[in-house]
Amino acid sequence: MADIEKKEGMNSRRRFLLAATSVAGGIATVAVATPFVMSMMPSERAKAAGAPVEVDISKVEPGMLLLVEWRGKVVWVLNRTQDMLATLPKLDNQVADPKSEKNQQPKYAQNETRSIKPAILVVEGVCTHLGCSPVFRKDVAPADLGPDWLGGFFCPCHGSKFDLAGRVYKAVPAPTNLVVPPHMYLSDTRLLVGSDKESA
Amino acid sequence: MSKRLEAMIGWIDARFPLTANWRAHLSEYYAPKNFNFWYYFGSLAMLVLVNQLLTGIFLTMNYKPDASMAFASVEYIMRDVNYGWIIRYMHSTGASMFFVVVYLHMFRGMMYGSYRKPRELLWLIGMGIFFVLMMLAFTGYILPWGQMSYWGAQVIISMIGAIPVIGQTLSNWILGDFMLSDAALNRFFAYHVVTLPGLLVVLVIAHILALHEVGSNNPDGIEIKANKDPVTHIPVDGIPFHPYYSVKDIFGVVVFLIVFTGIIFFMPEMGGYFLEYNNFIPANTLQTPDHIAPVWYFTPYYSMLRAVTVNFLWIDAKIWGIVLMGGSVAIFALLPWLDRSPVKSIRYKGPIFKFALTLFVISVLVLGYLGTKSPTPLYTLLAQIFTVIYFAFFILMPWYSKIDKTKPEPTRVR
Repeated sequence: MADIEKKEGMNSRRRFLLAATSVAGGIATVAVATPFVMSMMPSERAKAAGAPVEVDISKVEPGMLLLVEWRGKVVWVLNRTQDMLATLPKLDNQVADPKSEKNQQPKYAQNETRSIKPAILVVEGVCTHLGCSPVFRKDVAPADLGPDWLGGFFCPCHGSKFDLAGRVYKAVPAPTNLVVPPHMYLSDTRLLVGSDKESA
Repeated sequence: MSKRLEAMIGWIDARFPLTANWRAHLSEYYAPKNFNFWYYFGSLAMLVLVNQLLTGIFLTMNYKPDASMAFASVEYIMRDVNYGWIIRYMHSTGASMFFVVVYLHMFRGMMYGSYRKPRELLWLIGMGIFFVLMMLAFTGYILPWGQMSYWGAQVIISMIGAIPVIGQTLSNWILGDFMLSDAALNRFFAYHVVTLPGLLVVLVIAHILALHEVGSNNPDGIEIKANKDPVTHIPVDGIPFHPYYSVKDIFGVVVFLIVFTGIIFFMPEMGGYFLEYNNFIPANTLQTPDHIAPVWYFTPYYSMLRAVTVNFLWIDAKIWGIVLMGGSVAIFALLPWLDRSPVKSIRYKGPIFKFALTLFVISVLVLGYLGTKSPTPLYTLLAQIFTVIYFAFFILMPWYSKIDKTKPEPTRVR
C-alpha cells in the first residue's frame, strides 16, 4: 500500500475509491453482525413466559413466610403479627428510606407497612444489592446480628439488612428497599402476583 | 541424527520454518542464566493450560448444558462414566492450580520489575490472559448448575444490571432472558468451551512471542542484551532455553505433578476451597445458601465488593463496590507506568518498596480470608482498611518508588 502510494501518488480518485470501499465494508460488517448480536437478546419464548401467579394465602399463619415463584424470581408473602408491625416505627431512623420515597413499589404500597393489607407483606425476595435472596430472620437479638435486631431479612451474600417491611437499613451495601411487585387481591384469601387493577 | 531424518527435516524446512522456529524459540533463545525458583510458574501455567484443554474436551463428551440436566450429568460423570471422576477432578483441581501458578507468576513480575520497559506490552498481554482466565473460571463454575453456580452467577450478573442506563438491557442481552436461566447456562457453556479457550490460546502465543522479542527479565532486573559477546552476539549472561531451562522446567513439572496428583487423589475438594460444599446441592432459584462465598481465587475482590457500605459523591455504595472490584483487577495493568524507581528488581529497591510490597501481600491474604467469611461489623471494617491499603500500594507508587533509597544495579547478573 505504502509502496504504491510512493510510486504513483495518492490521487483523489484513488482516495475516493479507498474511502468508498471502507465505508461499504464497514456497513456490511455491521449488517452481518446484527443477526448474531440480536440472537443473544431474550427469545420470543422467554418473552412469552412470566404470566401473573395466583396464590392462596388462607393458610399463611401470622408470622409465617410463603415463597412464591414469579418470573423465575422468589416473591415473599409474609403475614406479620402485631408485634412485628410494632417494630416498624421504631426503625424509622435506622433505615435509609423510611417513607419509601424511592420508586421501589407501586403507589398502593407506598405506606408505613409497604403493603395493601397492613399485615400481609408482598415483596420480591431479591436483595437490591446483587440479587441474592435474603434470609428471613424473625428471631429478636440473635448473637450474629446483634442486640438491636428486631427481626427482618438478612442477606448472607454481602450482609445487607432489611426490616419486616423490606426497608433497607443504613450503611449496608444494598442501596434501596426491596421491590414490591405489582399485586392485587382477587378475594380476601386469593392473591394475584404480577398484575394489579391498573394493568389488568 | 540419521541421514533419513535429516533429509526429512530438510524437506520440511524447504516448505515450513520448522528448524528456524525451533532455534528462535528454544535452542537459540537466550535466557538469563540466573533464573531461580520463581521462574517455574510460566511453564507450569502452560502445563495447566494443556491439562484444562485436554480434560475439558473429555468432559464435554458427557456434560449436558441444560438447566434441567446439567447437575445430573456432572454426577453421571462422577459416578458412572469410566474414570470420569479423575477427569473431572483433574479439571476442577486444574482450575484452582491455574490461579495458584498465575498468581505466583504475577508476584514474580512484581518482585523483579518484569513489567518495566521494554516489557510493558508483555505485561498487558499477561493481564489479558488473567482477565480471560477469570472469565473462564466464572463461566466454568456455572456449568454444574449447583447452588453456588447459580447464586455466584446471580451476583455477578446483577453487577452488570447495576450499570446506569444500559445495565438492564445489557444484562438481558448477556443472559438471553430476563433472569438467570437455561438460556444463560447454554451460552456460558459455548463461551467456556469455544470462545474463551480459543482467545486464551491466542493470547498465550502472543505472550510468548512478545517475551521472545524483548527477552526474559531476571532476578537482578538488568538487561542481558546490553552485554553481548562481540564475536557471537550472544548475551554473555544468557544460556539457551533448551536444554538448560527445558530440563529445569521438567524438574518443576515433576514436583508440581506430585502436588497436583496428591490433591486429586486425597483432597479434591480442598476442604471446600476448590469445590464448595453448597455446589453439591442442585440450583434452587428460591433460596440463597446461608453462607455464600466465591472460590478462593476470587475472595480478595469479593471482599472489596462488599467493603463499601456508604454512599459517596452521590453514587450508591453498590456502584462503588463494583467499581472497586473491577478496579482492583484492572489496576495491575497500570504497574509499568506507576513504578518510577530507577531500578527494576526488589534486590536493589529500597526499604519503602519492600515494606509496601509486604503490606500489599498481607492485604491480599487478609482480604482473601475475609471473603470466605460471613460479613460482620468487625470483618467489614477490616475489609475496608485492607482495601485502602491494597489501592494505596498502586496509587502511591509513583511517589514512594521515586523517593525510595535504591542500591546500584550490577553490570552482570549474579
